[in-house]
Amino acid sequence: MNTNNTIIKVENLKKSFGKLEVLKGINTEIKKGEVVVVIGASGSGKSTFLRCLNRLEEPTGGKIYFNGEDITSKKSNINIHRQKMGMVFQQFNLFPHMNILKNMTKAPISLLNLSKEEAEKRALELLERVGLADRANAYPSQLSGGQKQRVAIVRSLAMNPDVMLFDEPTSALDPEMVGEVLEVMKSLAADGMTMVVVTHEMGFAREVADRVLFIDEGVIVEENSPNEFFENPKSERLKDFLSKVL
Amino acid sequence: MIGGERYKFIIQGLKNTFLITIVALAIGVAIGIVVAAIRTSFDKNAESLKIRGGIGYGILSVLNSICKLYITIARGTPVVVQLMISYFIIFAAADDGVPVAMFAFGINSGAYVAEIFRAGIMSVDNGQFEAGRSLGFNYFQTMWYIIIPQMFKAVLPTLCNEFIALLKETSVAGYVGVTDLTKAGNTIAGRTFSYFIPLLSVAVIYLVLVIILSWLVGILERRLRKSEH
Repeated sequence: MNTNNTIIKVENLKKSFGKLEVLKGINTEIKKGEVVVVIGASGSGKSTFLRCLNRLEEPTGGKIYFNGEDITSKKSNINIHRQKMGMVFQQFNLFPHMNILKNMTKAPISLLNLSKEEAEKRALELLERVGLADRANAYPSQLSGGQKQRVAIVRSLAMNPDVMLFDEPTSALDPEMVGEVLEVMKSLAADGMTMVVVTHEMGFAREVADRVLFIDEGVIVEENSPNEFFENPKSERLKDFLSKVL
Repeated sequence: MIGGERYKFIIQGLKNTFLITIVALAIGVAIGIVVAAIRTSFDKNAESLKIRGGIGYGILSVLNSICKLYITIARGTPVVVQLMISYFIIFAAADDGVPVAMFAFGINSGAYVAEIFRAGIMSVDNGQFEAGRSLGFNYFQTMWYIIIPQMFKAVLPTLCNEFIALLKETSVAGYVGVTDLTKAGNTIAGRTFSYFIPLLSVAVIYLVLVIILSWLVGILERRLRKSEH
């Protein structure tokens, strides 16, 4: 069944790197407007899971449906789907040879056929929203880590995506800059954006998530609402993990 | 050397040296980008194409092998031999050696430039590539808009060295009857029975060209660096 409500459906997703099997069959569904936080120890496969969703990692088994279309099928053109799946990286990955405005308008102009004026207007609105409109003509090297990540978020938003994937967006930041990035993500969630977030920020998971997934050794060990998840963990592995991070 | 309008040999030679170098570098850069793109694409995408199945992997694998063979041959044989093969065998019907020299030096240079570009592409952080792809750019758009501009900046000094090396390598163009700068000096020396002035002049002209070139690339490098701040 493919209700209109489901935006991403993952069926028995597997990923191996050579002989090492990182994902051993992941099944889950992500609904429109849902904020799903994925947690797990390093090496558990949580980042690989996220990167399989837009096929930055090529799954070695299983299926992923996005807006009802199987994007793992040979016929599907992943580039079209990626336009609708924004991704934010740990290392920001802004393009250092372009200023902020160009970083944000290059893809909308080339891929969505927006005019330069339209794209820039939209980019400036988005920058305004994250408090960086005055840095539109700066280059990435002139920004702080927190500013870079905020730009990276709005660069993805400029493509007007249906879902945003966050791969440890605050892990490379100095502690005092984590807050400003989380604020942007919270406001995004409040606006109803569908988000899948891999993070170590348990506070964010508790406060913003609709559902928390715990991945360990390549499978989803437990998933629940944040309240149940943190207050009443069922599996031993999650209890053990939470006792270490909380 | 000046008498009897013999200086005209030098001007003719300088012109040919310059034309051959510029055109050969342009050919080399064009070949280099294509070969480097294929080789790095193979390194980056072979794994996922294998998983996907289909003919993509096969095509890329064959192209990659062709590129490797080309690089091995072009770098593994002396350029003067390649030049003579081009002139006396491949283009045996050609009267003018200049286009043949452009071709031969271009093909030869392409192999070196390809390896320079490949190293440059590899030096660009893979996150740049992933960011481009995740926005929806296809492989070639990502290369063209994001990777290659950064690669160019990284390889510019090395590319400049290749240009300088190429400029001096063209001094063997005389083997196929082209009046390049070196040949011009030699011709004048043969007529006047004095080697000192003609050959020294030729050496000074090469040196001045190289100094000007290095200076121009320095300016370009500084301008590129500025765009990052």
